[in-house]
Amino acid sequence: MSDDVVWHCIRHGHCSFRAKIETGIFCRSPYNATGICNRSSCPLANSRYATIRDHDVIFYLYMKTAERAHLPTKLWESVKLPRNYEKAIEVINKHLEFWPKLLVHKIKQRLTKMTQYRIRMRKLHLKVREKLMTVPRKKTKIDINKEMKAEIAAQIDKCIQTELLERLKNGCYSKIHSYPFDDFDNIVKLDEDHDVHVLEDEEENKIEYIEADEIETEMDDMEDFEGLLKGQKRYFNIRNKFFLFAGYTDTDLDHLVDEQVAKKQKRAQIGRRSTKVMSEGTFSFHNNHS
Amino acid sequence: MAKEKKRKQPPTDASPPPGDKREGRSERKGKKARKEKAEAILPSQIKNKDKRREVHAKLKREKKAQKRALARERGQSARRAEELGEQASERSSNCPRHLLSLQFLVRFGSDCFGCLQPPERQVPRTIENTREPDETVCRPDDQELFAGNDADEFNAVLKQHITPKILITTCRFNSGRGPAFIDELMQVIPNSHYVKRGTYELKKIVEYANNRDFTSLIVVHTNRREPDALLMIGLPDGPTAHFKLSKLVLRKDIKNHGNPTSHKPELVLNNFTTRLGHRVGRMIQSLFPQDPNFRGRRVVTFHNQRDYIFFRHHRYIFETKEKKVASKDKKAKASESKSESEKQVICRLQECGPRFVLKLLTLQHGTFDTKSGEYEWVHKPDMDTSRRRFFL
Repeated sequence: MSDDVVWHCIRHGHCSFRAKIETGIFCRSPYNATGICNRSSCPLANSRYATIRDHDVIFYLYMKTAERAHLPTKLWESVKLPRNYEKAIEVINKHLEFWPKLLVHKIKQRLTKMTQYRIRMRKLHLKVREKLMTVPRKKTKIDINKEMKAEIAAQIDKCIQTELLERLKNGCYSKIHSYPFDDFDNIVKLDEDHDVHVLEDEEENKIEYIEADEIETEMDDMEDFEGLLKGQKRYFNIRNKFFLFAGYTDTDLDHLVDEQVAKKQKRAQIGRRSTKVMSEGTFSFHNNHS
Repeated sequence: MAKEKKRKQPPTDASPPPGDKREGRSERKGKKARKEKAEAILPSQIKNKDKRREVHAKLKREKKAQKRALARERGQSARRAEELGEQASERSSNCPRHLLSLQFLVRFGSDCFGCLQPPERQVPRTIENTREPDETVCRPDDQELFAGNDADEFNAVLKQHITPKILITTCRFNSGRGPAFIDELMQVIPNSHYVKRGTYELKKIVEYANNRDFTSLIVVHTNRREPDALLMIGLPDGPTAHFKLSKLVLRKDIKNHGNPTSHKPELVLNNFTTRLGHRVGRMIQSLFPQDPNFRGRRVVTFHNQRDYIFFRHHRYIFETKEKKVASKDKKAKASESKSESEKQVICRLQECGPRFVLKLLTLQHGTFDTKSGEYEWVHKPDMDTSRRRFFL
């Protein structure tokens, strides 16, 4: 069939390769050199046509002539193009020497573009790029629900509180916080010379100055904690929480003169009766204990 | 609709049968009750949606009320029995019913009428109770584990030979809540530094960090303006853990939040039981300094529950609380002149800092290398088939 007839059919009839979008009419045929649906670019409507296609990363020049129009399987002749851009241009010139200049020009433009994107692809391949992983939607939903339920089952605050209380009982905080508390009802701001003030429950809330030795005898409950005021180092036992806290030792009192601690001590109130034992600046310790 | 309504109403229009009135009435009542039971309609049989919804809601409410009443009774009987525990212990040993099986007790209600000892507490089955037994669970006397600990990458930091120094960075495009999260993270982890990502490759960043003697690298990855993944890389050639981050709540969004100080925090790591969990726990531990300042009363918690690691940051305080133990029984009151007040030590927490949930996705042996890395553990979807199997 003649080219014009074919074109007439394609243009005004149906073409499978035609993709019409708002910016123009495009041809999806793999043999199209420019990609636009045009009288001069349509591979079906031109009996003499050529393109460049790439297979893997090698470029091939495909040519079609009217002589082979009756042999569809042998219609397109392919020539492997060399890697080098200049050499490829020479090969094209050689093969398409007597072909219409417009077509040759379009083919060379196509070759240029393809070499450029080949270079870019290679560069990108060397770089590390993020890969988007998709997660099935159902899994994310299930995950969210599981998380919610786990949070409810965890009772985190309670666990933290029990853990801290256990540490207190075991004497990790021996110098800083003490257990049990009921014997330290009133703690007043102390200078370094004064002793720790101790009051028992039933006694009046007078300020009583006691010697360090007396404290031990008065506190019967603290039998387990003999070393508490003697300044022994206490190492945290490896327990069933799997020895993750092996490094904790008593903090050395001498280091603890931070700015912050000093500031807090200034704020403490003298002689104030408070049920709260642990207010922020109200403890300093007998230096003999260190 | 009309039919259903009619069916529900008892057949009141039937005339009372002749004969003895008293008997008839009770008989009729019995019959009525039986008929109503037979006609108790499942809500799913009602075709009208509004009506169905009503009936269903009512049923649910009733069931809940019953359940609550039962639970309350059980609790009360247990408490009662405990209070009179000493007197009862003698009795229970002679109680024939108590010596019988639990089923007997259950059938006769929560109380055993023969004795006053509280019935055996039925422990509810939870997922944690019925967790699939895992052979990799660490045992406290495992010499191999200790040896492994000595030889692993965190040993230097954990034995306090080196103080941890953390480098925090982000993914290439950081927006939304990422920067705020990083600010807060820097306040939680002492001795941490933030560097902008630029377009450096992660491997180059690892090199950079190694040259500057960092001990850990944390990369916060943002997706759709929300931080959604955390990459923890131990240095120099430590393991890489990739976590999925979710449920991020910043400090300003927490009610009654506190402000953290700059004291070195204490660490609490809960429920890291298996070997993998232990390793992850040690990795997290190596981010923090090993000499916490107890005076600062700051605690950072990583709580593992069902493979989800919950992060919390609190300031705590210990207080005494007077707890009055008042006995309800009249006899007891008569014997004791006054109610005892017990002093209890409690711990109060004030939350500060962010709150988020991590889930381990992969653990890789060396530093970050997705192409040629050796993975210790990768989460695969077919690990989720059992609801009672956890890996951390």
